[in-house]
Amino acid sequence: MTEEEKKEQENQESPEEKPEEEAAGAEQKLEAKEDKKHLPASVGEGSISDEMPRRSFFSWLTVAWLAFAAATGGFFAMTVRFLFPNVLFEPPQSFKIGFPDDYQIGQVNIRWKKLHAIWVVRTSEYIYALSTVCPHLGCTPNWLDNERKFKCPCHGSGFRKSGVNFEGPAPRPLERFKITLADDGQILVDKSKLFQYEKGQWDDPESFLKV
Amino acid sequence: MVELKHFINGISHPTVILTVILFIYPFIFPPTNWFEKWNKRLKFDFFWTKKGLITVYTFFIGFMIIGVQDENAKHILLKPDNVPIVGLLFLVHFFLWLSMNQGMKNDKLIDAGEKPNEYHDPKDKVLVWPDLVYIELIALVLLMAFLLVWSIGLEAPLEQPANPTNSPNPAKAPWYFLGLQEMLVYFDPWLAGVVFPTLMIIGLMAIPYIDINREVSGFYSFKHRRIAASIFIFGWLWLWINLIMVGTFLRGPNWNFFGPFEYWDLHKLEVLTNINLSDLIYIKLLGVGLPENILLREIFGFIVFFGYFLIMPPLLAKTVFKKLHQSMGNFKYGVFIFLVLSMVALPIKMYLRWIFNLKYIIAIPEFFLNI
Ligand code: FES
Repeated sequence: MTEEEKKEQENQESPEEKPEEEAAGAEQKLEAKEDKKHLPASVGEGSISDEMPRRSFFSWLTVAWLAFAAATGGFFAMTVRFLFPNVLFEPPQSFKIGFPDDYQIGQVNIRWKKLHAIWVVRTSEYIYALSTVCPHLGCTPNWLDNERKFKCPCHGSGFRKSGVNFEGPAPRPLERFKITLADDGQILVDKSKLFQYEKGQWDDPESFLKV
Repeated sequence: MVELKHFINGISHPTVILTVILFIYPFIFPPTNWFEKWNKRLKFDFFWTKKGLITVYTFFIGFMIIGVQDENAKHILLKPDNVPIVGLLFLVHFFLWLSMNQGMKNDKLIDAGEKPNEYHDPKDKVLVWPDLVYIELIALVLLMAFLLVWSIGLEAPLEQPANPTNSPNPAKAPWYFLGLQEMLVYFDPWLAGVVFPTLMIIGLMAIPYIDINREVSGFYSFKHRRIAASIFIFGWLWLWINLIMVGTFLRGPNWNFFGPFEYWDLHKLEVLTNINLSDLIYIKLLGVGLPENILLREIFGFIVFFGYFLIMPPLLAKTVFKKLHQSMGNFKYGVFIFLVLSMVALPIKMYLRWIFNLKYIIAIPEFFLNI
């Protein structure tokens, strides 16, 4: 057979096959349609017997969903639990920082910066505790003794010894913490209570210690 | 040499160099006919020729060579953190040059009444398979090799364990955030860190909807898209890239400005007593104390702020952007002008800070609203 003949044969064969296939497909479709037509009115009862009955299928689905929800919930609970550690290696919020006489007049004491994140400033009349968190974006400024100012290394905010902002972008002064005298004569600082200048809280007698 | 270094230190203070660039800028990327005339007259299109590229690169490299011999400049130029930014300097200029170069060529062709280069099936068109895929593969491999060598050759700048009570001085963000960090110097965190970046992304997404000039799509051109191009290049080059450069090379301890050849002195004193607009008006001008009432205190700030965003758009629509407004229609123009005004607000605020030591126009720290 030459190639041309082969091709011809194929051409002849294929048109014959196609209609057959199509016809078969059409028949199947017809059957399916009829099946649907013959379905009883209440759909639930007419389920096909070889497949899983609908009721048990639904209950399986319920179980699966419940399991999924439980697993997700459990995982979520664990995540939340993770936010509250058993032990916190954090210094206490309220602590003693020695006697007023430990602090020199006119000086900014940076001894507690590392441990408690406060500066203790003594002026001729008062002692107060400043927070070391920059009110701009939360960096830790440095006390520059020569320039007599706190200067933030992140965007250059500057604060006076009193904590009042005077340069750079910081919108408000440093915060002060509650400071009182304990029974034994030591200074007690409580970081859970804040005093903000812009809210007029620096007049509060708890925000400074008179000496 | 010493004088030269002093001179460079002096002019590299952002108040000087950014102002110089700001004034030269419209002549290099002319947005109007008038500027274009001067652009031609001053021969600024020289920058976008091959010779121009070589000249600029020679200048860059010369600066690097001088810089590496200087103790202080070497420190910032060769610091592993800063290497990508030195590379950025070259790369950014190259791609800017590439697009401007092709744009200029096309502009000339169009002026001569011909079709732009891209119309005549240019030589650099390749088949995706196999040509482009191979090129990409090779580029990929080369890039991997390059990154590998880089990561081995330059030590990662590891510092001591993080400590919340001890911020490094200066505390610099990763290089791609240094532009944001510069913005933070002039704005409140929620503006510089949240609102502006969002506006930038929205603005970039809005460009294809604002600029629907069909006639010049599909090929490089500066002249026929000069408003869109010059505004974009301003925001991208003057604001974004420049601020990264400033943050990298010119900011030292305590976030003070330092020239490239200047010693990073921890105790460099810069007097920058900043005041709010309310202080300026009530205390300095009127000589009375600040009013108790917050609204009354900040009333001038609100006037300035709303005046800027409500009065400027119609004003500009009547004058500078008259044609643009007519072709765009109210809504599109509104979006466009809002984005442009917000972008320009940054340099305006920077200059207000430099000239008047102005901290915030509206300052309500009570509600964390500072603009
Ligand atoms: S965090 Fe202190 S100035 Fe920005």
